[in-house]
Amino acid sequence: MGGRDTDIVLLDENGIRCDGRKVNETRKVTIKAGVLKNANGSAYIEFGDNKILVGVYGPRDVHPKHMSDTDTGILRCRYHMAPFSVGERKNPAPSRREVEISKVIKEALEPAVMLKEFPRTAVDVYMEVLQADGGTRCAALTGASVALADAGIPMRDLVAGCAAGKAADAVILDVNNEEDQAGQADLPIGYMPNLKKITLLQLDGVLTPEEYKQCIEIGIEGCNQVYEIQKKALQDKFFASGEKQ
Amino acid sequence: MSGEKKRHVIPGEVITSGPYRAEQNTIQVGDNIVSTIIGLSDVHDGSVRVIPLTGGYMPKDDDLVIGKIASHSSLSWTADINSCYVGMLPASDVFGRDYSSSSDDMTAKLAKGDLIAARIVNADKTRDPLITISGRELGKIDSGELVKISPNKVPRLIGKRGSMIQMIESSTNSQVTIGQNGLLVVSSDDPNGLLKAVQAIELIEEQAHVANLTDQVKEMLESKSE
Repeated sequence: MGGRDTDIVLLDENGIRCDGRKVNETRKVTIKAGVLKNANGSAYIEFGDNKILVGVYGPRDVHPKHMSDTDTGILRCRYHMAPFSVGERKNPAPSRREVEISKVIKEALEPAVMLKEFPRTAVDVYMEVLQADGGTRCAALTGASVALADAGIPMRDLVAGCAAGKAADAVILDVNNEEDQAGQADLPIGYMPNLKKITLLQLDGVLTPEEYKQCIEIGIEGCNQVYEIQKKALQDKFFASGEKQ
Repeated sequence: MSGEKKRHVIPGEVITSGPYRAEQNTIQVGDNIVSTIIGLSDVHDGSVRVIPLTGGYMPKDDDLVIGKIASHSSLSWTADINSCYVGMLPASDVFGRDYSSSSDDMTAKLAKGDLIAARIVNADKTRDPLITISGRELGKIDSGELVKISPNKVPRLIGKRGSMIQMIESSTNSQVTIGQNGLLVVSSDDPNGLLKAVQAIELIEEQAHVANLTDQVKEMLESKSE
C-alpha cells in the first residue's frame, strides 16, 4: 500500500479507471441465494471478478461444548481462499490474513444477528473464496448476510459491504485488485442500510481527514447499491414464483 | 386497524410505523416496526408479526412433535426433534414414579432409532425441552411412513381448521400424524392411498406459497384415482 510503482494507468485524464469504471461506480454485483442443498442457508456472490460461495449452518449444537454460552448463541465465521483463487497457488492452510478477515467479518455480522434467541447453540458461516480480485472481505460479508437471512436466522438488518479508497490521488469507490496493490488507500465498509450503522471499518493506507469523509460518504452510497442487490437476491428466491397468499 | 394486506418482507424492512405491538419476528426501531426474518407481514388487531418462510423449528410448549430416539442415559432418553435442541424424555414418564435404573430396562421400552409422538412439556431454552409420551395419541410409533417437510409449511399442510389435511386423509384413506417440527407419519392400509397421501404432502411442501393450493391438491388427489 502507499502507491507502489506500476505501469498501469489507474486513472486516465477522462476520469476513467483501469477497468473502465468511473470513480464513483461499483463493479457488477450478482447474488444468488439458496445455492447449496445441504446448508441451512447459502449464497453465491460475484463482486466484479470475485467469486465467493457462502454456506450457513445452524443454529446447531456447539462443539466443542466449552464454547457454548448459556445466555446466547454464538457466531463462528470461517473465511477461506481456495488454492486456485489467486494467480499463484495459495496454501490452503489458514493464513494470518484469513484469520483476521474471519474475525472482522464475524464482528461485522454480530450487531445484525439476533443470537439471544438461540442460547447454547452456534451458527457457523463458511465463506469460500473461489476467485479473488480485491475487496473479498466486503464481498464475503455481503454474501454471508444474504446466506444468514436465507437460513432464517433473525437479523435486525442485512449487512452490505463495499470498499472506498484512494488511487492516483482520487477518491474511488469499490477498489479492485490493481488499485489495491498500486493505490494509496483502501477503506472497506460494512453497513446496515436501514439502521444506518457501520459495522466494519478498516483503513489501509493514508487519507487526509477530508478524503476520509469523502470515502465514508461514497462507501456508504456503494453499500446502499449493494443492499438493493442483496434484497433482490432474497426476493428472487422466496417471492418470485407464484403469487401472494 | 386490522386486515392490512400481507406483504413480503426481508430482515431490516420496515413493515409499518405507528402504535402497533411488535410481536413474532419483529422488532421496534424508533417508531418503526421492522421485520427480522424473511416472510409475510401480518398486521392484525394492533399487533404486527411476520410469518416466516424459512428457518428451523423452535420448540414451543404443548406442541405435538415427532422425534427419533437418539440415545439414553440411566434417567432419560434424548430424542432428535428436528430442532437445534434435543428433546429430553425422562424415564419416569414411561415407567412411572417408581422407576429404578437398576431394575428397569430402558431399551426394552424405547431403543435407539424408535419413533415417538411426543408433546413438549417445557421449553424455556435454558435447558433442553422436556417432552412426554403419556397422553392421548402420544407414544411409540410402530408403523407408517416418515415424511419430512419444512416446519414453516406445517400450518399450510393443516389448512384452515384442518381442511387441507382432512381432505388428504379422507380421499386417500390414510392417517397422518403431524408434528409441529415438520416430521409427519403417514399410515394407511392401502399402499396406493399411502403413496398418494405422500405425494400430496410433497406437492404442498413445494407449492406452499401458491394461493389456490387447496384446489390444486384436490385436483391431484382426484386425477390419479382410478
